[in-house]
Amino acid sequence: MRSRSNWLFHLYIFIFLLYMLLPLVVMGGAALNDSRFPSVYPWVGFTSQWFVELFQDARMWQAFVNTILVAIAVVIISVPIGAAAAILINSIAGTTRTVLYGLMVAPILTPGAVIGISTLLFWNEFGVPAGLHLSALGQASYISAFVMLLVLARLQSFDRGLEEAALDLGANYNQVVRRILLPHLYPALGAGAAIAFFQSIENFNTTLFTRGTYDTLTVYVFSKVRSGITPTINALALILIVVTLVIMLYFEWARRRKEKALVARADTKEQITKAEAIGRNQPQVTFPPTQ
Amino acid sequence: MSELLRRYGHTLTWTFVALTAFWLLVLVILPQLYLLEESFRLYLPLADIGGPRDVYTLANYRSAFEQPMEWKFWLPFASKPVILPIEAPIRVQVFVHTLLYSTVTTVITLVLCYPVAYYLAKVANPKNVPLLFVGLLVPMWVSEILRAFAWFIILAFKGPLNMALVNIGVIDSPIRWMTGFNSVTFGLVYVYLLFMLLPIYSAIQSLDTNQIEAAKDLGAPGWRTHWRVIIPHSKPGIASGCVMVFMLAAGSILVPTLLASTQSRWFTEIIQQAMFESQDWNTGSAYAFMLLVTCTVFVILAMRVFRVKLSDIAR
Repeated sequence: MRSRSNWLFHLYIFIFLLYMLLPLVVMGGAALNDSRFPSVYPWVGFTSQWFVELFQDARMWQAFVNTILVAIAVVIISVPIGAAAAILINSIAGTTRTVLYGLMVAPILTPGAVIGISTLLFWNEFGVPAGLHLSALGQASYISAFVMLLVLARLQSFDRGLEEAALDLGANYNQVVRRILLPHLYPALGAGAAIAFFQSIENFNTTLFTRGTYDTLTVYVFSKVRSGITPTINALALILIVVTLVIMLYFEWARRRKEKALVARADTKEQITKAEAIGRNQPQVTFPPTQ
Repeated sequence: MSELLRRYGHTLTWTFVALTAFWLLVLVILPQLYLLEESFRLYLPLADIGGPRDVYTLANYRSAFEQPMEWKFWLPFASKPVILPIEAPIRVQVFVHTLLYSTVTTVITLVLCYPVAYYLAKVANPKNVPLLFVGLLVPMWVSEILRAFAWFIILAFKGPLNMALVNIGVIDSPIRWMTGFNSVTFGLVYVYLLFMLLPIYSAIQSLDTNQIEAAKDLGAPGWRTHWRVIIPHSKPGIASGCVMVFMLAAGSILVPTLLASTQSRWFTEIIQQAMFESQDWNTGSAYAFMLLVTCTVFVILAMRVFRVKLSDIAR
């Protein structure tokens, strides 16, 4: 009974994985099919035509450049804000903290369209027209919250005694932040910057209302899909899928290598302790040191 | 606060405060207040602004309740609408459908994801989990619009799904998937699935496996172990997933546009129509505010039902 239900369970997971991945295979496959309408069935023949068309599309390149510019701006705005907010909220308690925390995470739970429209209206009041700058500000308003949460989590493992020690030893405030606090936060800041970058590239809802007449990649794809669909979008999708897969597999590979190195080091240590233990009992036996 | 001053001195502390204040005031609170204020004002020609006609009014909100018409109500997975015996304003109909299908999406993703989250956290060989995650996360990193687009291809009348089903012999003739809210629901579930999976996974993972073992040793059948031990422990994750999926689904623009049938209209389309087609930003902000209130109510409901704090939901 137990093994049978386990078998069913594995089957479910397998189907779930297929469900997640097959749509991407279909979409990628359609990029290589020589059919005017993106589909894998019927299979007409292999072509690279859609990639050529994609690369010749000047509008796509402009949208690509815009997307990267906005993403960089969002990283520059949201990483310092998120870090500052996390440090601030980490040092207060009580009702103030609850209220501030609620305000900080609220943008995550707000629909992107609402953020986009409110940003557009607010800046319009001061005569700032819609454009990519507003997209960056709108996106930063909720992406900062992601950075804040990451940094806040990292701060939990921070030993404040280190700062005390540095101050006692005569460090000035800048040195405390630069030499003690920031180095501890680097992993969270790095992760925050990466998440901010990719969240910004992904964003559609906020961008749609704030972009003015500029295109970003998601808006470009959207307008392409709405006005006569051609498989060039699939070509773009296939490129994205392959790039994503390569990056993720690289990180997984790097992680495994690191893990192996750690295990190897632990083994070495274990052998040395063993050797020492044996050595204490039987002084005549000597082990060659590993490594 | 004095704590911060002592550690980092005046300059740095005020920099932190200034950055946070800029974020919360200029990027978050004031824009929302403007949205609210504008939603109570009329869309007027430039000359009339500040004049006698520029008054606060509920007209924009009232416009959501105009144009009553026959209520064609789409039940989940029905191929034909039910004609309700009452008339309702068109925007109210759209709003109700949006609420209903965002909820349906939330429930489906929860049912689909819970077993997978449990499997990843407690059943799978820990060595394989990272690789499984690579498989699961690839769709996540390929953007939302492309995930929806994939289903546009799959669900086409002469698309791969119909062809596969006909060839296997499950169905005799192709099915029209893009009727009612079917295709939109398919799309929403696929696109936002991982926002449900990840929080539940991390919640179950934090449960001590010994507790599950103890329940089993004491003779609890599998379902009761889930009901009494695992699900109560993973409540914050479930709440978080439900809130995220509901909010993303109700606020989605891409999926309902890409996978729309002729009958499925989404509330965000009504907002877009006001903003872009009528260029009436005031009415647009009134509708946007209604969406915001809806999502806020859902967050509060989820906090009440699951008895969790906001800090459990947004982590």
